[in-house]
Amino acid sequence: MTKIAVQVDDLTVAYNYKPVLWDIDLEIPEGVLMAIVGPNGAGKSTLIKSILGILKPIAGSVTIYGKSYEKQRSLVAYVPQKGSVDWDFPTTALDVVMMGTYGSLGWIKRPRQKEKKAALEALEKVGMLPFKNRQISQLSGGQQQRIFLARALVQDASIYFMDEPFQGVDATTEIAIINILKELRKAGKTVIVVHHDLQTVPEYFDWVTFLNVKKIATGPVKDIFNDDNLTKTYGINYKVSIQE
Amino acid sequence: MNIQEYFSLVFSDYTLRTITLGTAILGAVTGMLGSFAVLRKQSLLGDAISHAALPGIAIAFLMTGAKDSNTLLLGALVSGLIGTFWIRGIITKTHLKSDTALGLILSLFFGFGMLLLTHIQKQPNANQAGLDKYLFGQAATLVESDVWMMAIVTGICLIVLLLFWKEFKILLFDKDYAKTLGFNTKTIDILITSFIVLAIVLGLQTVGVVLMSAMLLAPAAAARQWTNSLATMVFLAAIFGALSGVFGTAISASQNNLSTGPVIVLIAAVFVFVSFVFSPSRGLLFKQIRFIKNRRDLELHKTLAFMYHIAETHDDISHPHEIKILNNFQGFTRGTLKKLVEKNYVTLQGTTWSLTHEGFKSASNLYNQLNKNDE
Repeated sequence: MTKIAVQVDDLTVAYNYKPVLWDIDLEIPEGVLMAIVGPNGAGKSTLIKSILGILKPIAGSVTIYGKSYEKQRSLVAYVPQKGSVDWDFPTTALDVVMMGTYGSLGWIKRPRQKEKKAALEALEKVGMLPFKNRQISQLSGGQQQRIFLARALVQDASIYFMDEPFQGVDATTEIAIINILKELRKAGKTVIVVHHDLQTVPEYFDWVTFLNVKKIATGPVKDIFNDDNLTKTYGINYKVSIQE
Repeated sequence: MNIQEYFSLVFSDYTLRTITLGTAILGAVTGMLGSFAVLRKQSLLGDAISHAALPGIAIAFLMTGAKDSNTLLLGALVSGLIGTFWIRGIITKTHLKSDTALGLILSLFFGFGMLLLTHIQKQPNANQAGLDKYLFGQAATLVESDVWMMAIVTGICLIVLLLFWKEFKILLFDKDYAKTLGFNTKTIDILITSFIVLAIVLGLQTVGVVLMSAMLLAPAAAARQWTNSLATMVFLAAIFGALSGVFGTAISASQNNLSTGPVIVLIAAVFVFVSFVFSPSRGLLFKQIRFIKNRRDLELHKTLAFMYHIAETHDDISHPHEIKILNNFQGFTRGTLKKLVEKNYVTLQGTTWSLTHEGFKSASNLYNQLNKNDE
């Protein structure tokens, strides 16, 4: 039996009165490439942020390989939504990727040659090495996304959470990113992605979670990615043709 | 005294030296910390904090009756901090946006402070005169101990900045991410905000409640124009701030009746103006020049491409054509034609033009390049 990488129990999150997530139970097995899908406002980003401890849930608990997130931080990497930061910040691509090493460095200690080498390797992996000294505002949207991905790769984690990594990127970047994600899975990592494009779910992912405030379904794409679950999640009579 | 006399006196005259040193240090530390405020999009925080400090000054005076600046500034620090944390509280606990919270606290505290000041002025106490210097500042009242105080705070601030540089940077750029890495973002946040409050309070005596925020923002805004590195930006902001202090003091000391605070702020504004216009990468001037140059290049290329199309249809690419033909093409001007001749792409003979081999070659290259970009 495969190990459970992430376990969520009875998770409820609310910003005000209305719950954004209601009583979520979720088990994510190790080594899957999982999409979280659902309509706008379904709580997809909130779920990730709650798992990562950025948001405080009202009730429920989250464990990473059986222990609390605080204890397992070093096993987890995060790619936030590209729009969540100010890209006019005065810094370079390499510098942003270096931030991925800050967690293992801890307080006060500065990144050194070893960290720089790791950052350069990550830039190479996402094909951004020629842009390492570029001011980040001078990068295209797809390039900025790759920089964020590289920053997570530097963390060298076991579990990767990504919030809409395909948002606003062109086809070339999308393919480049999905190839990296598939490589991560091949290396035994667990990758969890908030995803919007339902058409590409069967092609990109092997595991899927349907979310709309409550968890609708979770499991292998081939078993549960069907019209029934899509209709339950999106509320309308949804039909996708899954190409075999 | 003119400015030259000032600069010859500044090293020998005790008072001038004290004031100049004080304004320079103040400019440096506010410029440094201002960079963080600007990058966090909390530019107005400084304004709110300085106004929030006013009632503290008045209350400290009412409680102690003392007029020495350290006691009064301690009061300013306390009420500045209270104001700041109320602002944070309002933002996190209610749905109000930060500008509303800032405006609310600013006017509330300032109003209360003014009320207390007018109350104090009605009291039969000889000491009360001079409290209003905290409104617009009075650099002439700086004494050596004030400067020492500024120097010590600046020193501590520098050490903290160097120690927690990486933490500050990641908090500024991506707070949520910093949190997932295990950094206590609240601690870093409070640390940096406290230093901003401290720097503002230190400047009240010199620049005053009303203009203090300019000391925080102007050097940082100017510095941002010149660099794409955070470290350089902080460094430049400190330099700009210090220079504003020195030149502001010089001008106000050499022109008898000008008060120092406003002059310092105006000098800082000159830095901002020059930076906005003349910075090579972000400045308006060079942006405009680049824009015009790009347009010209494009016009030239389009004309060349048009000629290339005509020349292509002939066996002899240098076959002469009437200039009139080019009138059908909108981008053509006499100027572009002249430039093409200068570049040896085209030769003119009477009312005809013909493409040279060189021109033909570069036009076809242009074409290939465009096609390549499309792929």
